[in-house]
Amino acid sequence: MGITLPILILAIPFTMFLILGIVGVKMSRKLAGILGITALGAVAVMAYYVAFTYFFSGDPRFIVEGVRQQCQLFDVTWLAFTDRLVVNIGFLLDPISAMMLVVITTISFMVHLYSWGYMEHEPGFQRYYAFLALFTFSMLGLVVATNIFQMYIFWELVGVSSYLLIGFFYKLPSAVSASKKAFIVTRFADLFMLIGILVLSYYVSNAPADGPLGSASAFNFLMLNSNAGVIANTVLGATFMSGSVLTWAMVLIFVGGMGKSAMMPLHIWLPDAMEGPTPVSALIHAATMVVAGVYLVARFFPLYCIVPDSLTFITIVGAITAFYAAVVACAQIDIKRVLAFSTISQIAFMMVSLGCAYNQPIEGVHYSGLGYMAGMFHLFTHAMFKALLFLGAGALIHAVHSNNYTEMGGLRKYMPITHWTFLIGCLAIAGIWPFSGFFSKDEMLAAMFNRHWFWGAWMTMVAGLTAFYMFRLYYMIFWWEENPKYAKSGHKPHDAPWQMSLPLIILAAVSCVAGFIPFGEFVTFNGEPYHIHIEGSVAATSLTVAVVSIALATFMYARKNNRPTMVKNLWPALWTAANRRFYWDEIYMFITHKIIFNIICRGIAWFDRHIIDGTMNGLAAMTNFFSVKIKGMQSGYIQTYVMWYFFGAVALAVITWLCLL
Amino acid sequence: MDSTSVANIILYSVTALIVVVFSVMAVTTRKILRAATYLLFVLIGTSLFYFQLGYQFLGAVQIAVYAGGIMVLFVFAILLTHKPNEAAPVLLTHRSKMGVLVSVAGAALLLLAIFYMPIAHDMTLAGCLGSDITIKEIGRAFTGTDKFQYLLPFEAISVLLLACIIGGVTVARKR
Amino acid sequence: MDLDMLWYLVPSVIMFAAGVYGFMTRKNMIAMLISLELMLNAADLNFVVFNRFLFPGQMEGMVFTLFAIAIAAAETAVAIAIIVNIYRAIGNTDVNDADKMKY
Repeated sequence: MGITLPILILAIPFTMFLILGIVGVKMSRKLAGILGITALGAVAVMAYYVAFTYFFSGDPRFIVEGVRQQCQLFDVTWLAFTDRLVVNIGFLLDPISAMMLVVITTISFMVHLYSWGYMEHEPGFQRYYAFLALFTFSMLGLVVATNIFQMYIFWELVGVSSYLLIGFFYKLPSAVSASKKAFIVTRFADLFMLIGILVLSYYVSNAPADGPLGSASAFNFLMLNSNAGVIANTVLGATFMSGSVLTWAMVLIFVGGMGKSAMMPLHIWLPDAMEGPTPVSALIHAATMVVAGVYLVARFFPLYCIVPDSLTFITIVGAITAFYAAVVACAQIDIKRVLAFSTISQIAFMMVSLGCAYNQPIEGVHYSGLGYMAGMFHLFTHAMFKALLFLGAGALIHAVHSNNYTEMGGLRKYMPITHWTFLIGCLAIAGIWPFSGFFSKDEMLAAMFNRHWFWGAWMTMVAGLTAFYMFRLYYMIFWWEENPKYAKSGHKPHDAPWQMSLPLIILAAVSCVAGFIPFGEFVTFNGEPYHIHIEGSVAATSLTVAVVSIALATFMYARKNNRPTMVKNLWPALWTAANRRFYWDEIYMFITHKIIFNIICRGIAWFDRHIIDGTMNGLAAMTNFFSVKIKGMQSGYIQTYVMWYFFGAVALAVITWLCLL
Repeated sequence: MDSTSVANIILYSVTALIVVVFSVMAVTTRKILRAATYLLFVLIGTSLFYFQLGYQFLGAVQIAVYAGGIMVLFVFAILLTHKPNEAAPVLLTHRSKMGVLVSVAGAALLLLAIFYMPIAHDMTLAGCLGSDITIKEIGRAFTGTDKFQYLLPFEAISVLLLACIIGGVTVARKR
Repeated sequence: MDLDMLWYLVPSVIMFAAGVYGFMTRKNMIAMLISLELMLNAADLNFVVFNRFLFPGQMEGMVFTLFAIAIAAAETAVAIAIIVNIYRAIGNTDVNDADKMKY
């Protein structure tokens, strides 16, 4: 495989962004839509071809004696600061990036197709497709980055496209503030990530060029990951606040991932990001961009492994976030918010899974890198079924014109396609055999039990909660009690047009069969194939928990009754707190408005008004004073000017002469 | 001291007298037409200097352009804008005093400078006067592009003059 | 006693000083222009004198003076056109009366 395809994969979405962004307004909606969809379809085909070639061709660049290799298809120097600080732009192909290529292009293509129906009557249709293309370009650039810096650039670009798409309905104040919130929170996290990158690069670039690291760029992933041990030795001596500098750097880099992947306490932007169009939520805030944090950890996995403290940190953050998001999801009314918290919870699942993976063999454990493989597997399956759920939610919103399930109920009769596909999505996320979520979740739980029984038990509980709130949502939408409005109005809810139904069906089919993909053969932490086998006890436990949770949900929500109200009234404060997301937004408001604004900003404002403005005002007053004093000289009489001129000339000549004497 | 140098000194003295006296009178007389006439005398005196220094062509140009061209312009302009025998108003005394002060100070400074100039007495006129500059040489200098040849400024001046003709007509014409 | 550079520079200085005086004190624009011509003439004379006494074999000073004369002619023509125009507008040629565009 040459470099034409990789370049095209990046260039086509970008070109499409430029075309649709610049001349899109001149096009008809149909032309813009067809252009966007066709381009994305072509990119998807190319990405499939690249991934297929990578996994199956047997090319020695890609696989050597059964071990998959990391391969830079191209890597050109872009900025050379010093010998070691070189920023390249390239295309890295390895198991995870090939897998991500498939995920991104698939979901993006589905969303492009779906949006054709969903966004049909929205103003700014062409702009919407331009932004989608920009996002696809940035996300693809992110996953194929050959070095940290390229990744960082595209990382910010996906942030920008996320910002643009959340604020797509820019006339709604809530959408505008949601987009600003998302941008500021992720940017705040990226600040830490940048510090981490700089710390890491500083220590790596200080290593001698004739040393074991060679003279490769200090940012390069291949160099960093293959020399993780050497780097650890190089920076081992450097400590900061009783932790190794490398640990600090990796934790700081992970904070960037926390921001993008909405881990606690930086999760507050994701629920608000649901103000964007629903297909965007499916693409960016469920399937691709928000898993960038997981991808980041997977990308740096060898470095994380040599500083186990950072992996523990990741595990703890993930475990807390998963539980918190699952509890909150049980008490939300807006269906997109439920799905958003479910996304947070599932991503946290992947984080915990990665945190529980080691590349050193552990005593009595059959496969130490299981968590890595399982996390990536879940990333893959989750992208499919969560996109399916979001697109299904979009179809519901399209039909009912409301985000709240209180406006729905009994919809199964009116929207059979949406109903069945949504049910498949719910079964998959709940982890019911044979849907895809079962397989990946089982592997993840096995990895967590391997690490410590506590993590396994904790996350099994979260999985049970997941099954409960997803089926609560499902029953509230499709069963419960039929909304009396449907019978009265002539406009009954109905299934969406084919552009929207087709992606639902395709994704549902994928969610049914994706679990049988022998994922371990393709993606593992060291490239060696791993044969997945179901861990009997773990599978039985998680399946039992899921089934019990579903049964509980059925008991409570299948028919209209007063059991939910009774449960709510057992401890109303808890329900309110969960509904208000445990007051995180209020805490942030308190910190920013009351503490930061009052204490820091007031001081800064005082300094600005009195010192900086005072200096400027003083200068102006001084200038004014002197100009009033001397303005009489500017009489407007040319002869006076000439006189002054000659006086000056004579005076200068006299002074010069006196100096020469 | 031979007769040539005596004649030169006499010519110089007369010319210098004309130049000095009439330039002072040109700026002190209150009648503007007289001032223009005195300026004419100064210009002719300057052209005499040019002739004495051996620049015949330059002297001729001085008389033709300045005395012949510009002076006519001055006289026309004065006749257009002044009634006959109109005298300028008496100058404000302080302005006049300042003017005297500045110009005398400047003149004194310049005279000091040239009297102290070390090369002031190095060369004499007799020693410097060589063969006359021919019109041919001047023509070459104006139409060549080598070093010490001036085609480009020459052309630029021609454009300037054209612009000046157009500008003068545009500014002064009746609306 | 022979004629040297100084002899010619002294009348030039006096001419120049007279021009300065006239330019500063005369109210009439044409008189100011006359003073200006005096100063210009003094400068021209200096060019020629330095050319003759310091570089007798060359003629750059003379050429420069020729150009200066041409430009002076152009300048005078435009200046007089402006003065005539101002006279039409305000009825006299006093430099202090031409203040319509001052502020």
